[in-house]
Amino acid sequence: MTLLEAPAAPREAVRSERSWRAALGLVPFVAYLLVFLGGPLYFVVSGALSDPDGLPTLDNVIASVTQPQYRAAFTSSIVLSAGTALVGAVAGAFLAQAVLTSRPTRAGGEPVLRRIVSTASGVLAYFGGVPLAFAFIAALGQTGLATQFLRAAGVDLYASGFRIDSLTGLALTYVYFQIPLMVILITPALEGLLPQWREAAENLGASAWTYWRRIALPVLAPALGGAALVLFGNAFAAYATALALTSGSIPLLPTAIASALSGNVLAGAQNVGLALGLDMVLVIAVVMVGYVLLQRRASRWQAR
Amino acid sequence: MTVMQRLFAVAAIGATLAVSGCVSSGGSGAAPAADGTDWSTATSAEAGGGFDALVAAAQAEGTLNVIALPPDWANYGEMISTFEETYGITVESANPEGSSQDEINAVQQLGTQDRAPDVLDLGQSFANSNVDLFAPYQVQTWDSIPEGNKAADGAWVNDYGGFVSIGCNAGLVATCPQTFADLTKPEYAGQVALNGDPTSSASAFAGVWAAALAGGGSLDDITPGLTFFGQLADSGNLLLVDPTPATIESGQTPIVLDWDYLNLTQADKVAASFEWQVAVPSDGLFAQYYAQAINKNAPHPAAARLWQEFLYSDVGQNLWLAGKARPARLTAMTEAGTADAALVAVLPPVAGEPAFPTQEQTDAANAVVAQGWAAATS
Repeated sequence: MTLLEAPAAPREAVRSERSWRAALGLVPFVAYLLVFLGGPLYFVVSGALSDPDGLPTLDNVIASVTQPQYRAAFTSSIVLSAGTALVGAVAGAFLAQAVLTSRPTRAGGEPVLRRIVSTASGVLAYFGGVPLAFAFIAALGQTGLATQFLRAAGVDLYASGFRIDSLTGLALTYVYFQIPLMVILITPALEGLLPQWREAAENLGASAWTYWRRIALPVLAPALGGAALVLFGNAFAAYATALALTSGSIPLLPTAIASALSGNVLAGAQNVGLALGLDMVLVIAVVMVGYVLLQRRASRWQAR
Repeated sequence: MTVMQRLFAVAAIGATLAVSGCVSSGGSGAAPAADGTDWSTATSAEAGGGFDALVAAAQAEGTLNVIALPPDWANYGEMISTFEETYGITVESANPEGSSQDEINAVQQLGTQDRAPDVLDLGQSFANSNVDLFAPYQVQTWDSIPEGNKAADGAWVNDYGGFVSIGCNAGLVATCPQTFADLTKPEYAGQVALNGDPTSSASAFAGVWAAALAGGGSLDDITPGLTFFGQLADSGNLLLVDPTPATIESGQTPIVLDWDYLNLTQADKVAASFEWQVAVPSDGLFAQYYAQAINKNAPHPAAARLWQEFLYSDVGQNLWLAGKARPARLTAMTEAGTADAALVAVLPPVAGEPAFPTQEQTDAANAVVAQGWAAATS
């Protein structure tokens, strides 16, 4: 039977052969990353660090963080993103919990409400851009349907200072896609709260409040924080909705970049636009690192 | 993940721009015509062998690439169709809603490709700061273009301009405002719109400058314009809605500050449903011309030059006049009696002579508005 035995190939060689082949499978992904992430990133960085003649300079980056209009854009972008992330995270988490604990309509079946909400969230979280802005203008604009309906009912939104093209109006519009995104992001974490923990807590005499404060919220905290960071990034990079709704009249980083890269007023400001892009990349990078760290903590409880 | 997708989008814009910097804008890609004339370097029709030779060479090329020419802006739609019919040349119109910066980007990115724009219609500061991208050319009517309206060598020439004006829906507004001072009256609460964001829209920027002139500013001092719009924002008169034909028709923007030729064109469009009155405010008289230039790497160099000849001919200038814009040769043509008197009569009356800012004044004002607009109006 010795003939049938495999030639004495060293195991190590087989293993390295295998890992080499496995690495080959990564090639398309790495190429994709290089072309669509590495290349653009390189051009943004090199453009941000050079003047219109191609000579190296730090002026663009300095201008992008010191000039008052860009600082205003930073401030309102961050206020808008943080505000809508917070509102979206709180409202989304409550909604997701409410839906998860809703009673099934028939024994053993998946609750109808839950199915509806998760489907709707999947659709609404990605309903953004110009169609969303149009929907809000048609509903809550100066001559919008809801505005006129309310006016007929005696509530004049615009007389009381509300405007759809203000920062508040923009925040309202963003919350529209932030809440469903939060539902999608937080549902798995909420499902990870084992019923046994609650039962154990109740057996030991804990009230519902104590259970949430001492057990559920500490376990959920990293997941909640991580989801809120994703919402922040989602709002921070939103461009089309803001532009369509306010036509650039609210200073935001994406619209400031658009003015610099493709406008009719500022000639020769492209490198400053790229520097602003670099600033955004850095902010998002910080957010992503925070997200990864929080995810690592969150997974401690989910590894069952 | 949407965050990353949007990030990619921002990065990709940057990438295209950066790549454009690397593409060398070398010599012209066009070969000399069969008769030996290289139209890509001809600085006048005579220099290339006469106007008839120019027409023949342009027709041999057969195509003209234009960019950022909206059909409903200053009558460009009719301008293009008349040129096509007159010379039998196809006009390829790219990115009609593009900005001046988009035009410059296209010239730099497309280099010598045959999709590159042949001719450009730019804001004055974009013409001034990109002279090295243009081919100097003097049209046959060169001498009747006023001195201040052209680069000495013909690298760019002003084509048409207009005044900042106040358009007003007379069906919704009891008394239409005639001056910037009027706009601050409480009766116009929530009714005054500026055409876009002055940090990216040239007409909105001109509106701020006109308001500065009305409020004690000058070509050297645009700050009173920011103060003026700040007050309009505080009193609630200012609408931050970008006016479009749709917002004007629906009554969302009852009062619009814009170029007089755009407001007048709007008046024709809505004439059936309401009167759109147009006034050039006497207290803030501000006019500006756009500049015309030929891409030095124009893939259709003869057609590009023929287009210039057409634009600055009496026919072309009257077509702009039909679009309610004031062509560069208007004074000379009025004296010579070749301007269409009926079209001139439609233009709104203007009290006084406009002053034009220099490039230094424009750069300084751009910086002031870019830095101060958001703070002034929010």
